[in-house]
Amino acid sequence: MTIRATSLVVTAACLIACATVPASAQTLRYANQGNLTSLDPYTLKETTTIAHHAHIYEGLVTRDKELKIVPALAESWETLDPKHWRFHLRKNVKFHNGAPFTADDVVFSAERVRTKGSNFLSNVPADAKFVKVDDNTVDVMLDSPNPILTSQWDSWYIMNKKWCEDNDSVAPTPASATSPSYASLHENGTGPFMIESHQPGVKTVFKVNPDWWRKPEHNLKEIVFTPISSAATRVAALLSGEVDVIEPVPIQDIQRVNASDSATVMTGPELRTIFLGMDQSRDELLFSNVKGKNPFKDIRVREAFYKAVDIELIRTRVMRGLSTPSALMIAPQLFTLSKEFTRPKTDPEGAKKLLAEAGYPDGFEVTMDCPNDRYVNDAAICQAVVGMLARIGVKVDLLAQPKALYFGKVLQPGGYKTSFFLLGWTPASSDSHNVLHDIMGCRDDAKDATRGEANLGGYCNKELDALADKVLIETDSAKRDQMIKQAFEIGIKDYSYIPLHQQALAWGVSKKVKLTQRADNQVLLYWATLQP
Amino acid sequence: MTDAFVPNAVDKEPLAGSWSDRVSARVAANDVFYAFRTSPLAIVAAAVVLTFFLLALFASQLAVQNPFDPAQLELINSRIAPLWTADGQRPFLLGTDEQGRDLLSAILYGLRVSLLVGVLGVGFAATLGIVLGLIAGYVGGWIDSLIMRIADVQLTFPAILIALLIDGVVKSALGNKLDERTMLAVLVFAIGLSFWVQYARTVRGSVMVEKTKDYVAAAQLIGLPAHKIMLRHVLPNAMGPVLVIATINLALAIITEATLSFLGSGMPDTMPSLGTLIRIGNNYLFSGEWWVVAFPGFALAALILSINLLGDWLRDALNPRLR
Repeated sequence: MTIRATSLVVTAACLIACATVPASAQTLRYANQGNLTSLDPYTLKETTTIAHHAHIYEGLVTRDKELKIVPALAESWETLDPKHWRFHLRKNVKFHNGAPFTADDVVFSAERVRTKGSNFLSNVPADAKFVKVDDNTVDVMLDSPNPILTSQWDSWYIMNKKWCEDNDSVAPTPASATSPSYASLHENGTGPFMIESHQPGVKTVFKVNPDWWRKPEHNLKEIVFTPISSAATRVAALLSGEVDVIEPVPIQDIQRVNASDSATVMTGPELRTIFLGMDQSRDELLFSNVKGKNPFKDIRVREAFYKAVDIELIRTRVMRGLSTPSALMIAPQLFTLSKEFTRPKTDPEGAKKLLAEAGYPDGFEVTMDCPNDRYVNDAAICQAVVGMLARIGVKVDLLAQPKALYFGKVLQPGGYKTSFFLLGWTPASSDSHNVLHDIMGCRDDAKDATRGEANLGGYCNKELDALADKVLIETDSAKRDQMIKQAFEIGIKDYSYIPLHQQALAWGVSKKVKLTQRADNQVLLYWATLQP
Repeated sequence: MTDAFVPNAVDKEPLAGSWSDRVSARVAANDVFYAFRTSPLAIVAAAVVLTFFLLALFASQLAVQNPFDPAQLELINSRIAPLWTADGQRPFLLGTDEQGRDLLSAILYGLRVSLLVGVLGVGFAATLGIVLGLIAGYVGGWIDSLIMRIADVQLTFPAILIALLIDGVVKSALGNKLDERTMLAVLVFAIGLSFWVQYARTVRGSVMVEKTKDYVAAAQLIGLPAHKIMLRHVLPNAMGPVLVIATINLALAIITEATLSFLGSGMPDTMPSLGTLIRIGNNYLFSGEWWVVAFPGFALAALILSINLLGDWLRDALNPRLR
């Protein structure tokens, strides 16, 4: 019975799969390794999700092809004084349901994005007060000057106030939510595309928005997004012409795709830094056999972990040469003085000694959290790290999960439930301050609730925080760079994190498609043109 | 395959008492042995199955490394081609995977996991099914109806679906306390719960026939308690078909485990079963690194095929109509 039933399921699956291959030339078919779980733009601050949402929602500002901040829903803005900004909103913009875009929506969105459950708390500073001046003007009052106020507003999307209120979606949907809200299954943005249908984990169809205020650069009628988590299947789908764009191309297949007639791989350095982090805040680790104390509170243990990781081996073997080992928590393209930093040498023997000194001559056990569909070869990197740590006596239980489960567990809405993890970070502002503030800043800062929002390990050094605050308001770039350097040095001295590398971008693109590749790895198909 | 199976103990001559029972069992065994000797297919299949069991049993002696111990894996040895190709390296006979795992060792150890999950899963399913089948058949009444309706409902779903469901529910209930051993236990539990129905139905059928016979009435007359009659007297007469189901189900259980692992909800990458190895290798199938998926795939196919052949033969051998 079982076999017959299974074969039935397989046949049915094939029928469905075969039926979903449309031949229309105006339809761009895109496959990513991960899901689009929620349509609520405040649920998950993750590049792929943000990029998906960029097709349907827009912020006051956006980033152009060179990652420069340019006007979007705000036509222009001015600083009346350093603590008082005025935004002039674009007129005649309509949400997808036909409602006009007004200042009320901006004030509402500013409130919603800073409500508990939102994953974008730090994108809009907590001290910013949004005041409606008239229907097309919004003032922002700040407690202290902030020259990079708008730097993360490109991923703060504006939602329609009335639509949210009518549909019981005033509160953002947290990433740890187990049942979807209305806003996580429906959308009402102002962007170039509208959602025609959304089946999380199966298929999402984007239909062009004919009333978009901007002149489209694309020639598409429709985008069909399918998540294909299996690397081999994704590549096979691209090569067979079943999809037009895939992200990422697994590094073992780059050559093969380039050798084909139908597709090429767009590669480039990515701004994302992949790193390992350790829980340094709890008095006892959640997932370890060490009870009553937290081994990661001992700097020697963190140093031992750092020195056990052989980054060169990960580069050559796991990443097949397509990664740049990093000493810093930020990509070299984003910080001019990064050349002055080098990684300490790999030294498993020294690491063993350090562990023994710290009181763990036989190592200990700890669980590692790892996504398996988020970064390039993420689970393979984690497995390699497990092996390297085993050599210094640390037994790591690897929990590699799809990103939806992983993020739901380790991020702030899930309660930072991790002891040891792998994460990747691209500073949304393309600036070091974001790294110092979001990743390396102390959590539970009474004055700044969003500090350390993505600091999953809870590393904390007040000295670094003080420097980060100075960096935020410093306008002299040479002085600023020196301060950033100092701050990074503190983080390195403390072994706050184990930076691994910057991965390479690898998009598989059919030769029929012209596409712009942005270094932050957002696949933005509103810049795509498709030859019929 | 198993749905074509017709319980056949029903057709057997009534046997009375445990002494004659034992004698007839011996004769049957001799018959079975004769059938075995004269079937080359069965001999080959049995030899292959036996080899696989021995390989799994002595995996730690035969393997050049312990693939479950991350400290023994060297990244520098990753993605080496099989020994007979130009890029082959000693001692990696079948090559290595992304993590520097020797594939032959990984297959041996993976075989161990697959067989362990299979045998334990079948054992669990058989025990559960036999007990429920005995109770249903012997006690009858509303208890019988209840157990059989549950069985009917479960029969409407494919076993793999039920295994996936149980696997998912247990895992979310356990949350983060999932190490390799718990995963294994969860798999056994999931597989056991999804395969008990066939045992229960078969045993119930046999028991319904047996319990009307004189020897049961005699046992009841001398005042033996119900559980003794069920286990000592009725059950042995219903065991023949159970053996056949168990053999064929072993193959199904191993396949189910491999499927779950292939889908990513079975054994983790750090303690791979054959299914996990195939999932890992699947990523490199088109990238020129064919050996990572090919060899575990061959091993799984050979194992399943021989168990199925053995099961089919056993069914024929125990079926008096075909003798």
